[in-house]
Amino acid sequence: MSEQTADLPVKRARVSVWSGIFRARETSVFAALVVLVVVMSFASPYFLAPENIFNVLRNMSTISIVAIGMTMVIITGGIDLSVGSVLAMSAMMTARLMVEFGFDPWLAFVIGLLFGALAGLVNGLIITKVQVNPFITTMGMMSIGRGLTYLLASGLRGTVASNIPMRDPGLNFLGGGYIGPVPFPVIEMAVLVIVASLFLSNTVLGRQIYAVGSNEQAARLSGVDVDRVRLFCYTLTGLLAALAGVMTAGLLSNAATNAGLGTELDVIAAAVIGGASLAGGQGTVYGAVIGAAIMAVLRNAFVLLGLPAYMQTISIGVVIILAVALDRLRRRGQTT
Amino acid sequence: MAPITDNSDFLLQVIGVSKRFGGVQALRDVHLEVRPGEVHALVGENGAGKTTLINILGGIVPRDSGRVIFRGQEVVFNTPAESQHAGIAIIHQELATIPALSVMENIYMGRMEARGGWINWRSMEEATRRVTDLVGLDVSPRAIVGDLTISQRQLVEIAKALAADARLVIMDEPNSSLTERETERLFEVIARLKQQGVAIIYVSHRIEEVLRIADRITAFRDGRYVGTIDRAEASVAKIINMMVGRDLANLTRRAPTDSAAPLLEVRNLSRRGKPNLQNISFTLHRGEILGFAGLVGAGRSETARAIFGADPIDAGEILLEGRPVRFRSPKEAIACGVGMVPEERKRLGLFMNMPVRYNIGLASLPARSPAGIVQHAGERNLAEEFVRKLSIKLSSIDAPVKSLSGGNQQKTVLARWLATHPRVLILDEPTHGVDVGAKADIYRLMRDLAAEGIGIILISSELPEILNMSDRIVVMWQGRVTGILDGRTATEEQVMAYATGMAGQGA
Repeated sequence: MSEQTADLPVKRARVSVWSGIFRARETSVFAALVVLVVVMSFASPYFLAPENIFNVLRNMSTISIVAIGMTMVIITGGIDLSVGSVLAMSAMMTARLMVEFGFDPWLAFVIGLLFGALAGLVNGLIITKVQVNPFITTMGMMSIGRGLTYLLASGLRGTVASNIPMRDPGLNFLGGGYIGPVPFPVIEMAVLVIVASLFLSNTVLGRQIYAVGSNEQAARLSGVDVDRVRLFCYTLTGLLAALAGVMTAGLLSNAATNAGLGTELDVIAAAVIGGASLAGGQGTVYGAVIGAAIMAVLRNAFVLLGLPAYMQTISIGVVIILAVALDRLRRRGQTT
Repeated sequence: MAPITDNSDFLLQVIGVSKRFGGVQALRDVHLEVRPGEVHALVGENGAGKTTLINILGGIVPRDSGRVIFRGQEVVFNTPAESQHAGIAIIHQELATIPALSVMENIYMGRMEARGGWINWRSMEEATRRVTDLVGLDVSPRAIVGDLTISQRQLVEIAKALAADARLVIMDEPNSSLTERETERLFEVIARLKQQGVAIIYVSHRIEEVLRIADRITAFRDGRYVGTIDRAEASVAKIINMMVGRDLANLTRRAPTDSAAPLLEVRNLSRRGKPNLQNISFTLHRGEILGFAGLVGAGRSETARAIFGADPIDAGEILLEGRPVRFRSPKEAIACGVGMVPEERKRLGLFMNMPVRYNIGLASLPARSPAGIVQHAGERNLAEEFVRKLSIKLSSIDAPVKSLSGGNQQKTVLARWLATHPRVLILDEPTHGVDVGAKADIYRLMRDLAAEGIGIILISSELPEILNMSDRIVVMWQGRVTGILDGRTATEEQVMAYATGMAGQGA
């Protein structure tokens, strides 16, 4: 016993080492982002201009907001492929209610959000109660959501429309407004990211999300309501996708049937670049935001430097693989 | 570094090898010398560094410093293939055979004879038969490994080592999942390997068998070399002393407690499953340790899971302090003061990548978190308290639990349940794969808990453990309770008679 107390100062010192290793992935991805920003600031004089920076931030805001939910889903060991469709579907619902039925814009907005949350809840129920694999379930929901989007767009009269106008000062502000020089979506992103991060690290439910992904059976035997945790994550993701949908439509004053096509891949990429492991148990919201930022800066870089647009698609693919590969290499030396 | 004289008396010399993982010094300047054709036992508690040394010899992890001399040459193995090529074969705890392939494909994996890309199956079959005969494995070379028993698969691995012309075979806890008869056969194979001049490093917790088969015994403790002794000078007490650094407290049976009202009463519990549980009835009193004995598959863990709400119940009653309860989930059981340390801690108990502090705190987290907000300082204090109380050895409570040794991992799971302040605590194989030191700690802890009035259900496949610890013993056979014995008077023979259905069917 006396030996142990004598050891204490050493043990304290090691705490920082371990927690350092624990967060090393986020740190190294952040370092990569900083390098990218520094390089770009030399490559293009326009890059660091406030308008451009805010433009980049606004472009990543919807991806980041959906990535909050996606990160939680991935931490539980799941995946949600339906976010792009749910995004379009919820925006279309809001627009249709306003245009066709003359709903109050804010009421239509709330119903749109609930519609997205409902899609997420259905995902969660099928995954937890019927125990269909999350990949399959949400792939099905991806198709269903896109189909519902078209159905909502063509309306009861069956006229074919590819988009429905969404003109309301409030909803337009949600996606395209400014407070001073700062785009309002950036503020929404910042607030949601901070709240979600605090939630994950400081609440019982947040801790249980990690536990479920780390070892589902052990979590259940330790008193975690595994189904409830999963339902929460999928429902939240559906809700956030719906918010992103209305923001996108608000920015364009239009709810489009092709909105959010391929968004699920960007969102998953952001989470994975930021350190979320598809095996579950690992990931942070901050990491996902850094991941989204890297992709947004890359896209911006290709525009500013006048490089061919397809190269950005290639480079993002390289970044995804590189981020995970480097992490594997770093871990190789650590396993006992 | 001082030059080491090439000593051809030794097949393997490990000289001053050290290895560090992150904050943990796994090996400090350890030594090991193995002669050709000897059985050399390597003993030590979990976390003593045995597995790390094996991994270094097997080319799985690199050493930080020190020298390894094998067959007269200094060697560095960077990959498992290099180690195998040099003539070292490792039989791991978790067998590395490929279930979908045949015996001969497993044995010649990576070294198949081929002419022009075509495999010569006939000569491979003959060669396989030669090595399987040598290890006494009586199956066709074409048999699929997935159809074999664990012990037969182990023999496949040993045959594979022979086919690769291994001069040194390292066996890491080779009989942890074997029956007694299978273990005897393994010992025969070891004797035969010896005759062939093959040296064996035998890693084991079981001191009795080490005394039986080893020529010499080396002990590690906390990553350090303690010493090497000949079998002639070895005894159980001496080996324990080398491993633990102190004498194991004698296991004395505690005084029985008698209390009137049962803490937990189970009446005619039934459940369809594997096996079917039929009419399980028993009582557990305050401060009692109730042992559950039986063969593997007798339904002991299934009974525990049903009581704990982990599996549904088809029929029967459970009374907790006289009040009927039926938990639909472990969450409800925990809320009523019932805890369960499950079997197979890695699969069912631990969150390997999560910090020790999360692992300890998880089950009691809802109760300790007003409005669902985690109290970080409280959680740290709780973890520190249990680390001290259970003397869990770790570098930090923020270290992932996978960096701990088996015994300390088990203590971490125990701490999680103690933190919930249970009234009833179910322990399913709490000392499985745990070293003697941690075992003694867990026994002491169980007695302390019982003395505080907690009712303990102890499921164990180790009869001496059941007999030493239990006030009463419930014996199960094929999903039924065949007998409830007094722990003070029960004998191994009695328990085995009930456990094999030879006595007292259906109590």
